[in-house]
Formats: sequence, structure tokens, C-alpha cells
Amino acid sequence: MKQYETVIGLEVHVELATRTKIFCGCRTDFGAAPNTHVCPVCTGMPGSLPVLNRKVVEFALRAGLALNCEINRYCKFDRKNYFYPDNPQNYQISQLYLPICHDGYAELDLPNGKKRVGIHEIHMEEDAGKLVHDEWTDSSLVDYNRSGVPLIEIVSEPDMRSAEEVIAYLEHLQSTMRYLGVSDCRLQEGSMRADVNLSVREAGSKTYGTRTEMKNLNSLKAIARAIEGERERQIELLEEGRPVVQETRRWDDNKESSHAMRSKEDAKDYRYFPDPDLPPIRIPDAWIEQIKADLPELKEAKAARYQSEYGLSAYDAGLLTADKALAEFFEGTIAAGAAPKKAANWLTGETLRLLKESEQEASSIRFAPESLAKLIGLAERGVVNNRSAKEVFAAMFAENADPEAYVEAHGLKVENDAGLLAETAKRVLDANPKAVAEYREGKEKVLGFLVGQIMREMHGKADPAQANEALRNLLSKQ
Amino acid sequence: MHITDHTATELAEKIKLGEIGVTEAVKASLERIGASERAVGAFLTVEPEKALERAREVEDGIRSGRYAGPLAGVPVAVKDNICTNGTRTTCASRILENFVPFYDATAVKLLEDAGMVILGKTNMDEFAMGSTTETSAFAVTKNPWNTGHVPGGSSGGSCAAVAAGECFAALGSDTGGSIRQPSSYCGVAGIKPTYGTVSRYGLIAYASSLDQIGPIGRSVSDCAALLSVIAAHDEKDSTSVKRGDTDFMSALGDSPRGLRIGIPNEYLSDGLDPDVRDAVGRAAEWLKDAGATVDCFDLGLMEYTIPTYYVIASAEASSNLERFDGVKYGYRAAEYEGLHDMYKRSRSEGFGEEVKRRIMLGSFVLSSGYYDAYYLKALRVKALIKRAFDDAFSRFDIILGPAAPTAAPKLGTSLSDPMKMYLSDIYTVAVNLAGLPGLSVPCTVNGLGLPVGVQLIGDCFAEKKLFTAGAAIEAARAADGETRFTRPVSVCGGAEEAAHTGKECAR
Repeated sequence: MKQYETVIGLEVHVELATRTKIFCGCRTDFGAAPNTHVCPVCTGMPGSLPVLNRKVVEFALRAGLALNCEINRYCKFDRKNYFYPDNPQNYQISQLYLPICHDGYAELDLPNGKKRVGIHEIHMEEDAGKLVHDEWTDSSLVDYNRSGVPLIEIVSEPDMRSAEEVIAYLEHLQSTMRYLGVSDCRLQEGSMRADVNLSVREAGSKTYGTRTEMKNLNSLKAIARAIEGERERQIELLEEGRPVVQETRRWDDNKESSHAMRSKEDAKDYRYFPDPDLPPIRIPDAWIEQIKADLPELKEAKAARYQSEYGLSAYDAGLLTADKALAEFFEGTIAAGAAPKKAANWLTGETLRLLKESEQEASSIRFAPESLAKLIGLAERGVVNNRSAKEVFAAMFAENADPEAYVEAHGLKVENDAGLLAETAKRVLDANPKAVAEYREGKEKVLGFLVGQIMREMHGKADPAQANEALRNLLSKQ
Repeated sequence: MHITDHTATELAEKIKLGEIGVTEAVKASLERIGASERAVGAFLTVEPEKALERAREVEDGIRSGRYAGPLAGVPVAVKDNICTNGTRTTCASRILENFVPFYDATAVKLLEDAGMVILGKTNMDEFAMGSTTETSAFAVTKNPWNTGHVPGGSSGGSCAAVAAGECFAALGSDTGGSIRQPSSYCGVAGIKPTYGTVSRYGLIAYASSLDQIGPIGRSVSDCAALLSVIAAHDEKDSTSVKRGDTDFMSALGDSPRGLRIGIPNEYLSDGLDPDVRDAVGRAAEWLKDAGATVDCFDLGLMEYTIPTYYVIASAEASSNLERFDGVKYGYRAAEYEGLHDMYKRSRSEGFGEEVKRRIMLGSFVLSSGYYDAYYLKALRVKALIKRAFDDAFSRFDIILGPAAPTAAPKLGTSLSDPMKMYLSDIYTVAVNLAGLPGLSVPCTVNGLGLPVGVQLIGDCFAEKKLFTAGAAIEAARAADGETRFTRPVSVCGGAEEAAHTGKECAR
């Protein structure tokens, strides 16, 4: 079989986290009762007119500048005309001729080095409502709460070559948008939607093959599967000497296969033209400069700083900054007085483990950074040992327990009674003559076993270092 | 003198002085509506109870000082493409036959804030597409001067209602002449303001970049007063402009001395109806007598205005009217199979012929492959037309010309030839393309007893100059013996008599 190269470009819709909609004052909150966040404008009532939300332009500019784009200082909105009931005016207000941002790039950190993925353009547009099909009454209902929620569409160049690169690109977009505070970018909830344009060509070929567009991809895993599936499908066609048809396909993640939705021939004529209700937008240089100056520290810069400033490993810095909420938590913990490395250990270790276990994200951590700093302090001062600290942490994670109160209530303080420790150590040695003998033969490792026995005797409240010390003392005397 | 014989500003003055009550005025209007509607048919909806209730409220409001504007207490009518909260708003289309908005157009809200009383909604060409009000799905409106003739359009109902004395003033809308042409046909004054002066919020769009709401009145001063009420910047309309010069009545007393009037040579070409040519000539003489200078000049680009207008207006209309689909409100076909069939049938049955023609034309000029050749080219010509006017206004304060090529045509003679109907917009559409203000002022009455108006066109934001010149024409006309251009059919009798009882003005 010939060698094939996969060529992938992405169209990513990102729902902007503005408080109100793009062309009216209705709220954008997700999950409200149907048709409660609506007005004449976002339901397409006769005579209503759109008025642009300035915040949307600001968010689009933030996204564009963070993705190294050129800004169209004179940009326009166009109408995209098509009939569908979720689209109350039967045209979507979007940007075709003069999108707000163009010609940028995303720089990805891949295992084999850095890679740039070109950004063709970013444009602003309004979201449509949601159709609900009621099988019971055989009818369809429309919820216009989402109608008019602002979106940006980020169109990449066909610069990606594998599912891994696509995932890295999407994760980069997610982290960037979250750091910018312009979107929470949740694929499952639809606040980030990716359409995958994919073609294959023989390795070394300079021309692109015929591409298909894949829709309905609701998770990174589905995207990876869809890319593999489509790559194989196209290669199979080519191997059989059959052509790839330019078409839009719908991915079914349950069946792990796709089917054609419409071909290029049925592509609609959207009759785009400049929206006469919205004057062109002029973006002054001063505004762009202001937004540039206010851009927050993004993931890559933060990770580099964590390494140089706190001496963290590249791996840990990467884990901490992967999610803006986690990085903020980390910085909050340091601000509350914790040692950076200790804070990093707790967050990249226990915290991420428990989050993964409970399928949660860092933004839903229930305890405060101050609590973690307190716990780290308790452990550092030897008030609790590591084992107890983990127990305290579990309680903090599960029910936002206060570390000090919890230690008190559960009697987890390390016993500082030297007499009791010595007594216990003696009892342990007496009970384990075989271990003592092995120690004397030079097997220092058994000391760990003996420390464990002391811990058990003292219900975990001994300080392991002190126990170790007590054992050595006794053994040297005997 | 009967109450309904007053102009709006006269009535407001008498209401202020306590000589006429608001309820009394509203009752007089309702009585006049009752007497003449059968013959005129200007209204699609009249709401007597609502108006009378509102009259009492306004009466109190005037007493308490809440309503102190120049038109407080005056009964008005509103064109049926302007949304009125709780009152059916149909655009004279079957597709919106049952549509009741739950919001007011900004212009309507401003009328209410000024203490005016809305009597009802007036007939129009369906979605404002037409020049005779004959494309209305519901009623034929007749010209009060001669009920065998059309009132013009598309604001034919508003102009006929004012002319018949059924209301003291009215709101119309003007996309290509829809206020100015019927004003000329009905012998009333009407102005299309500079684009952006009156909020379009709540005006059901025909062609968004050209549409403007404007006042229609019996006198130029009524127009100025009503425009000062409805002209305001509105945050709900992104194309609304902020301007501080909306005290339009201040211009009424100004002398036209020194105003430079230009008449485009193209406007007086051979094809022009002699009655209209006569009216323009007479207006020019009056203005000259009042101290203005009048010169002829070449404006240019006249032959491109009609095609440019119909490409742009139809393109925007094809998109603006997409929302009427049977899904959310308005007409839905009784029987259909599936979504697309529902769209198809609802729209096929709900829209009239002229609307469908323009939707098809507009969809065509926007479709891929034709967009550049038609729509983009039209936009470029539009910019050239604006430049031609800019040149003209570097030399003149006002352009004087016809509002329409003829006086009102007979009923039933216009729709059979759409091209001819489109061509009759020749004197008005360029004003919309360039965003300029245009005032139609009654001038003469022709041999058939039909009024003929002239049009005064100003540079952007030069409404005051138009009012100054318009008031001068009105004064000269009055000095020549005619004071008012109202021919209520109930008083004049039928069409035949109108020609006899109408005093010949300006002769």
C-alpha cells in the first residue's frame, strides 16, 4: 500500500462568555427554562433591529490578538440567508467579506517539538436557537434562549497532519480562550464546536486531495476517532480507485462511523450581503493597543515562569497550567504562604487524581487555596504526618473541611510524647526478633517495616522520622 | 369652522387654551372617519374605544403639565407597517393578518410621550411595495379628491386619511417615495427625513438602508411639528443619528431670501406631464418672488436611479421578508407536508404578487455569480449618485422638482404594467439612495380637480431649509386664494363634484 498523508483544517465555533447576547440585552446563561431569555430582537419579531454588543468585539479582539492575528480595523457584518426554524430571521448575522481577525497562528508544543498552525480568520456571528423534536406528539419545538448568543468562528489553515496535532490544537485553543476569559470552551455543552475538514494525499504530493467536512463531534475522543475513521475511509476509496466526494458528513460516535449529510452540489447559496441594519465597525488603534496591554499571561508564558521562578519541572508546570483554574489555584496557594514545590505536589498529585476520579475540573474544587496552604503548613510543622495529611486532604476535597478543625476533631495530631514512642518502639522490637536479627545482619531496609509497626500501634499518629530515630536509638543500645 | 378643519398645530393650540377638548377632537375625528371611510377606505384598523380612553388620559396629562409638546392632544393615524403594542400591525399583507405586536415602534412611543392620540392604522401597499396602495391585501384606498383615482403609495392610507380630514396628521414611511408621492397625489404635505433621523425600530423593514418614517400633515408646519416629535436618537437602531437641530418649527418663519434653488434639467424633460411642469414652474416663481434664486442645472445619473434602487431595495427586501415563514407568527398554510412544504405554501399563499416579484428579483441579484454584477454594482452607483448630489449641494441649498410624473392615476390602471409603475418613481428614489431629506408640498390643482405637489430636496440634515422654502410656497399659494388642501368626500360629494367645488388654487 502507498504511504498517505492526512491533511486537516478545523473550523471551531467558540461561544463567548459575555453576560448578554450579541445583538440584544438578553442574558446568555446556559440551562434556563425554554424561551425565557428572549426579546423581539433574538426571536426575529417584525420591526426589531440588532444593536452590536461592544463586549463581543472586545472578546473577539482578545482571541485574535492572543492567536497572533491581524485585525481588520474596518470590518462588517453580513447576512447569511437560509431557512431553518432555529434561525428566527431566516438569516444569520455573520461576517464573510471583512472578518474581524485574519492571518494568525497557534504555536503548539508537540512531543517532537513546536509546530505552528495557521489561523485563516476569526469572525463574529450569532448562534441559533435549539430545536427539540417531540417524538410523542410528532412535533418540533424551538427554544430561542441560545438564539443570539455570541460566537466566534476560528478557521485554521489545513496545517494539521494527525489526530494528535488536532487534539493539541484544540487544547491550545481551549486553554487560550479560558485564560483570556472569553469562553469556557466545553465541547460537551456545546460552548466549543469543531468541524473537521480532512483530506488525504500520497506522501510527498504537493496538491491537496478532495476534502470532506465532519460535523457532530462532541468530545476530543470523538474527534480523534472520527479523524482515524475518515482517514481510513478515504484511503480505502483511493486504494479501490474510487473518488472521494466533497461533502459534509455526520459522525456517529456510538457506531464509530459517519454518513453523508449533503454534497457540494446541494450546497446552499447563502446569498451573503452586508447587513444594512449594522453600520461597519471601525476599530481604533488605541483600543487594540489597550487590549494587547491587558492580555493576561497565557499558558505557555506561565509554564515557563513556573520553571524559572519556582524551580518546577517542565512536566509539573505543564500540568499546573493546562487548566487556568488550576494555575490560579496554585498561585493562590503560594500567595497564602505555601512553598511552591509543596503546593505543586499537592495539586499535580492528589488534586488531579481526585478530580479525575470524580470526573471534575479544577474550576469545581470546593476548598480554598488558603485551606491547602494551611494543610501544607501543618505537615511542614510536623503537626500531621503524610498519611494523616492525605486523609485531611480527602476531607477537604469531598466536603471542604477546614484542615485544622478536622485534625483536631479526628485526633490526627502527631504524638509528640517521646516516652510513649520509646515504649512502643521497645514493644515492637520485642515482638519482632526476626526483624531485629536481620537488621543486625545489615539489612537496614527492615527498619521501614518496623516503623510501619510503630505507626500501626500508634494508630498512625507517630511521626515516621521520630519513630525511625527511636528505633535506631534502641537498636544501638541493645 | 368644524373641528376637523383645523391643522394639527392649530388644534393643539386650541386644546392648550381649553377651547377644544381632547375627547371632543377625537370624537370629531371618529365621526369624520365614520362618514368618509366607506368612500375613502384609508384605515385598516380603527380603535374608537382605545382612542377615547386615551383622550381622557391625555386630557388629564395636559392639565397636569405632563404633555406640553406642540401636538399634545392631537389625533393621529399610523401606517400599518409601524408596530403598535397591542394593536394589529399587518403591513397590509395576508401573511401578517393576525399579527399583534407586544412592543411599540420608537416613533409610536414618541407620539404617545408627546400626548398624541392614535386613532388607528392606515392602509398601504403590501410591505410598502407599490405606488398606489392597490397592492394591499385587504382594501382599496381612494383619493379623497376624486374617488375614481388612487391616493398614491405606499403610504396612501395615511395621506388619504389626512386629506379626508379623518385625522390631523399621520405617520408614513418612505423607501423610494412612499410619503412624497402620495402626499402630492392627495394634496397634503409630507417629508422623508434624512436617513437616521427617525428611529426605524418597530418599522417593519422593506429595505433597511432606505426606509425612513416621516410625518404627513395638512400643512408644512404640521410636518415640522410632528417631525420634531419623532426625530430622536434611538439606541435600539444602530443607524439612528444624534442631531441637535430637531427644533424644526423654528425654521418656519425664516425668510427664503437668498436660498439658492436648483432645478435639474433632467427633471423637466419632454415626457413630463404639463400639469406637473406647471406646478414646478409656479413653485419656482413663488420662491423667486420671496427672494430665492432659481437656476437650472444638470444633476446627472438620472437613468441609473431606477435600476439601482430596485436592485438594492429588492435585495434587502428578499432578506428582510425571510422571517415571515409561518413558524413563529403570522400566516401558516392550513395544509402542508413537512417543513419545506410549510414554508413554501405559507409564503406562496401569504404574500401578494408584487411582494413575490421583488423577493424573486432580490434573491436573484444576491445569488452567487450575480452578486458582483448586480448588487455590488448597484452599491457603487449608489455612491456615485450621492456624489452627484454632493456636487449639486455645493452650489444649491435646495433642489426643486416634481414628486411624481403625473397627478394621481385612475384606480386599476397601474398594476398591469410593473415596469411603468417602477419608472414613475424616477423623481423620488434617488433621494433615498443618497439618504437625503425630501419634502412634498401641495402646489396646484389640475383640470381634473386633482392636486399636484412639488418636491424640495435638501442636503443631509437640511430639513430646516426645506421647511422654510415649503412654508414660503404654502404662504404664496394662500395669498393666491387657496388656504387648504383638504377635500373630504363626505362634504364634497362624489368624484364628479370634487372638480367643481375645489377652489382653483394659485390661479
